[in-house]
Amino acid sequence: MHRIRFVVLGVAVALMPLAAHAQTAPAPAGNADTGKKMYVSYGCYQCHGYEGQGSSATGPRIAPRPLPFAAFSRYVRRPAGQMPLYTTKVMPDADLAHIYAYLESRPMPKAVDTIPILK
Amino acid sequence: MAEKLSVDRRDFLKSAAITGAAAIVPGAGAAAAQSAAPAPASAPAQRRETDPTGEGEVLTTDRPGGDFMVDVIKSFNMEYIASNPGSSFRGIHESIVNYGNNQMPEFITCCHEESSVAMAHGYFKAEGKPMGVLCHGTVGIQHAAMAIYNAYCDRVPVYILAGNHLDATTRRPGVEWAHSVQDAAAMVRDYVKWDDSPVSLAHFAESAVRAYKIAMTPPMMPVVVVIDGGLQEDPIEQELNARLRVPKLTVATPPQGDSGAVAEAARLLVNAQNPVIVADRAARTPAGLTRLIELAEALQAPVVDQGGRMNFPSRHPLNQSDSARQLIANADVILGLELFDFWGTVSTVRDALHRTSRSFLKPGAKLISITASDLMTKANYQDFQRYPEVDVAMAADAEATLPALTEACKRLITADRRRVFEERGRTLAEAHTRALNAARNEAAYAWDASPISTARLTAELWAAIRNEDWTLVSESGNSSGWARRLWKFDKHYQWLGDSGGAGVGYGAPAAVGAALANKKHGRLSVNIQGDGDFLYAPGVWWTAAHHRIPLLTVMHNNRAYHQEVMHLQRMASRHQRGITRAHIGTTIDDPFVDYAKIAQGMGIHGEGPITNPDQLGPAIARSLALVKKGQPALIDVVTQPR
Repeated sequence: MHRIRFVVLGVAVALMPLAAHAQTAPAPAGNADTGKKMYVSYGCYQCHGYEGQGSSATGPRIAPRPLPFAAFSRYVRRPAGQMPLYTTKVMPDADLAHIYAYLESRPMPKAVDTIPILK
Repeated sequence: MAEKLSVDRRDFLKSAAITGAAAIVPGAGAAAAQSAAPAPASAPAQRRETDPTGEGEVLTTDRPGGDFMVDVIKSFNMEYIASNPGSSFRGIHESIVNYGNNQMPEFITCCHEESSVAMAHGYFKAEGKPMGVLCHGTVGIQHAAMAIYNAYCDRVPVYILAGNHLDATTRRPGVEWAHSVQDAAAMVRDYVKWDDSPVSLAHFAESAVRAYKIAMTPPMMPVVVVIDGGLQEDPIEQELNARLRVPKLTVATPPQGDSGAVAEAARLLVNAQNPVIVADRAARTPAGLTRLIELAEALQAPVVDQGGRMNFPSRHPLNQSDSARQLIANADVILGLELFDFWGTVSTVRDALHRTSRSFLKPGAKLISITASDLMTKANYQDFQRYPEVDVAMAADAEATLPALTEACKRLITADRRRVFEERGRTLAEAHTRALNAARNEAAYAWDASPISTARLTAELWAAIRNEDWTLVSESGNSSGWARRLWKFDKHYQWLGDSGGAGVGYGAPAAVGAALANKKHGRLSVNIQGDGDFLYAPGVWWTAAHHRIPLLTVMHNNRAYHQEVMHLQRMASRHQRGITRAHIGTTIDDPFVDYAKIAQGMGIHGEGPITNPDQLGPAIARSLALVKKGQPALIDVVTQPR
């Protein structure tokens, strides 16, 4: 039972205002394979896991269906929660697009009912 | 001098009996060593050598001071005393294993004093009584210091006996000087509850019993009694032997909250619309769990278990730990039971370029605190956290106060209030079911991923142990709280909290110590082991093998100090320098550590590294079969970060 006092450093993307969903502009083109490498090299996996599955201790789930790109991008550039910010100087827009493509490419999870030990 | 000091402490000990005797009687080392064979424990009188090897000097005794010290320690019914051997306590060491027959306490051989203390820390939380630790007053205490601090922060008593040689005129040249100190407990005095350096055996007896009593009175904390080498080794004169006695030990009853404060707390709780009970180190004993259930059910109030102890069943419908923030934000009355950090429970801190904090309490919310920590706070080390502004503060033991509080609440509950409570209970039960289902759904994400998800690791382990009499003795390395979310905890020994002071290196030895306590109960001890924690003092695995301590360890091997990776990321992002070097100094790779091989080298069954999640279940089954036969086993699992 990990305690509340553990330092939480993750992205709070999932907690963003629902208004962000209204921005449905398409994501810029990105390559999922390139994005996978960048997802690791930028350290996104540290809080959100290699599959973007999230962690109750560090950061929420961000894949396989991430927020709309505009909201996603805005949060990465200027996070409101505990997430460290990533400016364009550190993470260019093109790299962010690749990462987004990777997150979109993640498969949906199995249905819980098909996993006997989770029943 | 430099050459003498360079002598390894362990090598020195190997020859200590011979060189010690030779220093007293030049040229007679071998004969003296042979004459020092263990004497019958029952004969109190001294006797002289029949063939003295030098100037009629007395060279043996049948009743050294250490024997009496063992008499005193035996009065505590202490099962074990853990130690890495040291010359400053060789006298009592010998008395324990020979005079005391190595029973009550039994000597547990450790490879590091940090392991000794952390084992005692874990043991106490599993067994409910202190375990002893022997260490040098100098280098031993230095090694032990961090683990003592953890126990202090975690309000856990550890009974430490520290060897020393105070009389400079009797010290052997060289190492014994380097391992002697004027004030042996000084280095840890800031984070032990009490210490003493007795100068006679009668003084030792009183101080030893007093130390035990103080350690066991809430707030419980470690204590240190310094045992002088001369007192341990010197013969007890016949006249003194007749007068020495072991003082009676009566452990103090824990303090209850003031009756007026209890009544006020009950009034607030019964009249509250949205009360929340938050428990941290509340359940000291099995009764604590039962008492908290009784209070929560009387009020049909949600319980947030912060996990310092096994406070509340994980599947109880009133367990709302996953909704802590929301519940606290909406609460009009919050009851905090032995909270490590009440301020942090009701506030947020943003770790940005400029740190900011704010309370998320509802205006007018009333805070009730019951904690024994209010009875004793020290100054130097800052584990006491920010000052909490509460409305009712009881400087008392929460577990001891719960029965009176529950009765006071019951007396105030009218039929109308009971109907409100029942409706609240139904709502909370539905929320609890939703949270459990949500956890299962969340666990399915990345189910087949490699590295293996912490949800998968935890679920596979649960599937293997759920029908056993199990206990999760330690969980280091942060596996995202999956055990709490997925497992059914309903017995007081199934969860033992964490290190207390967040000193890394606690997990492995605490697990071994708790497993040692569980051994006689036949409980299956399970440990989710962080890799960084493992590497601090891995010799404790040898201790587990040597003493045949059954323990199933599953490595949460994420190959990094991930908390620190994230801190580096934060700093690099803040400074706009990129995070591509955040791994420097924070990761455990190049080469990867082969934990299974380390375990095997220590005499423990080891498997792995396992990277395919489908291989995890069978590996757990194989190791579990061995553990059930009484062996320790370790499975190295390459995992996601959290």
